[in-house]
Amino acid sequence: MLESLLAHLDTILLVVFGVSALVGGVLVIVLRQPMRVAMALISTMVFLGGIYGLLGVHFIAAFQVLIYVGAVMVFMVYVIMLLDTRDPAQSRRFSPLVVPGAIAFVLFLGALVYGVAGGLPEAAPAAKAGGSFGLTEFAVAFLNEYWLHFELTSVLLLAAVVAAVAVIKASKADHG
Amino acid sequence: MDKTQLLIALALALFSLGLLGVIVRRNLLVMLMCMELMLNGVNLSLVTFAQEAGAAVGAVLVFLIFVVATAEIAIAIPIVLLLVRRRRTLDADAYADLKG
Repeated sequence: MLESLLAHLDTILLVVFGVSALVGGVLVIVLRQPMRVAMALISTMVFLGGIYGLLGVHFIAAFQVLIYVGAVMVFMVYVIMLLDTRDPAQSRRFSPLVVPGAIAFVLFLGALVYGVAGGLPEAAPAAKAGGSFGLTEFAVAFLNEYWLHFELTSVLLLAAVVAAVAVIKASKADHG
Repeated sequence: MDKTQLLIALALALFSLGLLGVIVRRNLLVMLMCMELMLNGVNLSLVTFAQEAGAAVGAVLVFLIFVVATAEIAIAIPIVLLLVRRRRTLDADAYADLKG
């Protein structure tokens, strides 16, 4: 019993993490307070990080936790704390579009499930032969072939910082 | 149902939940978080397919997507703060006149 359980531990953990991530995703839709929504989203992201770890791409799991949870969501939580909790938008959950939105959701999900249930296309045989990859392959590909893209992201981040400052300046100019 | 199918199904579910959230929720910040949920679903499918194909390029792309997502949030949050400063509310309906 225990041996068979241990033999399938990978799959069991994958299913547990997947279901937890899904529950977190549902909570993001139904919870009322933005802070709780943020916590649900953080739990989803952490479970996705666990899935990446199980898949063997540990560095992506580390990025997921460091960048998404550590940077993006902490930023989001700060902003939620900054804003007024007496705002009616904080307590009224759904917009008037809730019924058409739900219908569109069901149709969209049905179309996606119909598309995937037919089976996924096979990976190209040449690519399939490559097998799994680790940090070494990633690092070599990253710094040998894609260093220019990496440098370009620094330009993107600089542009984002300048734009954020410009937006704040614009709001200051409006209010004196 | 094998591992890849399971993960793709999860990615689909997360993407559609995020889309539903963007449509039905009222709060601008929550809509933004639902967009993050959509992006996470797409990222999961990308990692799954990259792992399936054994292509390290996929991981490089995921890394670049993380950077773009960070830049997106760095712009989106000041815009939300600017909107709140102007109308004193996060309700998306208060900005209905933007549709022109």
